[in-house]
Amino acid sequence: MTQAGRSLKWLPLLVFAGLAVLLAAGVWLSRRADRDALPSPLLGKHAPEFSLPTLHEPGRLVSLADLKGAPFVLNVWGSWCPSCREEHAVITRFAETKRVRVIGYNWKDEHADALRWLEQLGNPYWVVLVDSDSRYALDWGIYGAPETFLVDGNGMVRWKHVGALSDRIVDHELLPALARAEHAR
Amino acid sequence: MLPELGQLALILALLVTALQAILPLAGAQRGVGAWMALARPAAFVQLALVASAFAILAHAFVAQDFSVRYVATNSNTLLPLVYRYTAVWGAHEGSLLLWALILSLWTAAVALFSKRLPQTVIARVLGVMGAIAFGFLAFLIFTSNPFDRLLPAAMEGRDLNPLLQDPGMIIHPPMLYLGYVGFCVPFAFAIAALLDGRIDARWLRWVRPWTNVAWGFLTIGIALGSWWAYYELGWGGWWFWDPVENASFMPWLAGTALLHSQAVTEKRGTFRGWTLLLAIAAFSLSLLGTFLVRSGVLTSVHAFAADPTRGLFILVFLGLVVGGSLLLYALRAPDDVDGAGNTQPFAPASRETLLLANNLLLTSACAMVLLGTLYPLLADALGLGKISVGPPYFALLFTLLIAPLILLLPFGPLTRWQREQASRPIAMLVPWAGLALGIGVAAFFTAPQGPWKVAAGLAGSAWVLLGTTRFLWSRLRMPGARFTPEMMGMTLAHVGVSVFLIGALLTEGLSRQRELALAPGQSVTLGHHAFRFQGVVRSPGPNYVSDLGTVQVMRDGVALADMHPEKRTYASGGQVMTEAAIAPGMTHDLYVALGEPLGGGSWALRVHVKPFVRWIWLGAVLMALGGFVAATDRRFRHRPSDRTTQ
Repeated sequence: MTQAGRSLKWLPLLVFAGLAVLLAAGVWLSRRADRDALPSPLLGKHAPEFSLPTLHEPGRLVSLADLKGAPFVLNVWGSWCPSCREEHAVITRFAETKRVRVIGYNWKDEHADALRWLEQLGNPYWVVLVDSDSRYALDWGIYGAPETFLVDGNGMVRWKHVGALSDRIVDHELLPALARAEHAR
Repeated sequence: MLPELGQLALILALLVTALQAILPLAGAQRGVGAWMALARPAAFVQLALVASAFAILAHAFVAQDFSVRYVATNSNTLLPLVYRYTAVWGAHEGSLLLWALILSLWTAAVALFSKRLPQTVIARVLGVMGAIAFGFLAFLIFTSNPFDRLLPAAMEGRDLNPLLQDPGMIIHPPMLYLGYVGFCVPFAFAIAALLDGRIDARWLRWVRPWTNVAWGFLTIGIALGSWWAYYELGWGGWWFWDPVENASFMPWLAGTALLHSQAVTEKRGTFRGWTLLLAIAAFSLSLLGTFLVRSGVLTSVHAFAADPTRGLFILVFLGLVVGGSLLLYALRAPDDVDGAGNTQPFAPASRETLLLANNLLLTSACAMVLLGTLYPLLADALGLGKISVGPPYFALLFTLLIAPLILLLPFGPLTRWQREQASRPIAMLVPWAGLALGIGVAAFFTAPQGPWKVAAGLAGSAWVLLGTTRFLWSRLRMPGARFTPEMMGMTLAHVGVSVFLIGALLTEGLSRQRELALAPGQSVTLGHHAFRFQGVVRSPGPNYVSDLGTVQVMRDGVALADMHPEKRTYASGGQVMTEAAIAPGMTHDLYVALGEPLGGGSWALRVHVKPFVRWIWLGAVLMALGGFVAATDRRFRHRPSDRTTQ
């Protein structure tokens, strides 16, 4: 038996000791009440670059540079998503105030289904971007629809909401965040 | 009154396990026969006490005793009788009691079937199992008492989680626990061997069928969980790499490695230290799984309610059991872990080498799953932010690690122990490799979609099946050779791998799905199948109201069947459950799930055609069957002294 072989036998114990420290840290962390809140890593950072076709003119590409200059709200939706349908009235009321441009981000959808959805429910969006293969969704950190982002004139992500918007969230979170973003400029 | 008796039974069981842990172990160390002789009766008394406690809890559910907090939280007067029984293990406290009951069952079984083993061995094995049972019973009594009273008693129970009101859930947890807890037997043997300082091939022969049976149950348990997720969650997926799934998959991977390395150690005497380590690892991973699921450390869709006290308790228990066994391993393991000091040296071209590769690949896969499962926790602890590790990571790395295993699999049974002319098994398999490759290429060019997955699935499956058949043929042709249940079991399990490959890769490659809104009368076409939505009617169930949809399926214009996807609203809590309608078939499943009502009679629908999805579970059943059949081999039941007569 070599010396190396003998010390190798201690390796499993060492690995487990490391694991135990990690698990103890986990138990410690799980006492925090807020640990399930998921802050977006994008907040306060520059929005990801993209170049996506629009729903109504598939030949036309829109990139982040085209939208910069003034704040905009990016709303992720799909015709397959029931909560998006619920949220639609809220988005429509908000967009009708013309406070800010509302960009639709049509995600993982069929082209015809998306068009039919907008025809049926009305189109509140300034423009609808199409990301049917989820090419930029990872960059945006999108993991479900609906999701809504607020991007300021410099292209910084200022606010994010996961799940359906309500009038309350628009009034108490989105509008104040928008005011702060405009004030800071 | 009865719940207090249940409580008393648990406390008595705790005392018995303390006795069972201390006296036989001390007796074996000091050679006191009377102390060692206590192990067996203690095991039976422990089973009787834990079973009584379990029966009393079941009675409280059936009799709807809402003065017991656990019953009031997990039952309801409307709950059908069969689910009142299964509600016993529907939440943390009761499922922990089920865990303890199954551990008592395994312990009593070991006590019953171990008459031929030396007294010191059996005293140590039952002592170790007693110590484990002590830990779990203490956990149950001090942090998770299922018999806690609710004063004043509730008038009505809160109901069993509707997700668990399902036939699949009746047997999934017991099967899974039979597997998890069953790994306690090889673990206890490994500890006994380390304490004794000798690893005797005869004990290994005795413990092998126990590992096989535990592994078979675990395989079935995991497959049932996957099947349940497929039909109950309404997403049409069969594996999600969710932390809880991973928690059951890690012991399976380690257990699969253990099955193979035990065979080497028993037959050739090599890999002794490694086999001991794997036996410790398989059960430690079962304990780790319990910790992850019940401590609230990881967030998961089907985790139990988080509770830091419980987390801390299991962590300390885990540290004592796993840390203690690994310390013992470091001090006492035989000196052949690194391949030096083998009693039976083997050449690079030999079955030992192939099984070593099998073990390395399986344990790497297990380590990969462990890393992926714990990485979010690591990132969180180091302040690197919230990261989730998703299916792409697991699927890619798992495929990379398992592909070489599939490539090497057919060589294993055909290669001789100790030394082999590498060209011999290669020559035997070349034509079949060519045929499998041809099938893969043909599949690649004819597949309507997902050509890589379809080609890999068919070629891999054909390769494993043809290679296994080649082994069968050469074995049966050999004059005077016996075909033992052990070989039969291996063959079945390997055919199971082949069937599983077809299921997993063809489902992934060829599935078609649409999620869309349909008004009554509208239809959607997927390949050859047209699904015509007929509308939804409201119909009452025992403890829920159902929105019952009707979808007429036509294949190439011919009506096939009416499918009835459901959306159930449970009376007790208003939870809504999706019951997908599935038209099963050997070549494909049709799968329809109702989404949300969209007004005007139209509904969101999720429609899938899933080719060969059943083969996934069929493959798992064959693997499990292989484990059970191999365990019946009479060789394992020979007395140690019969060794020369076989």
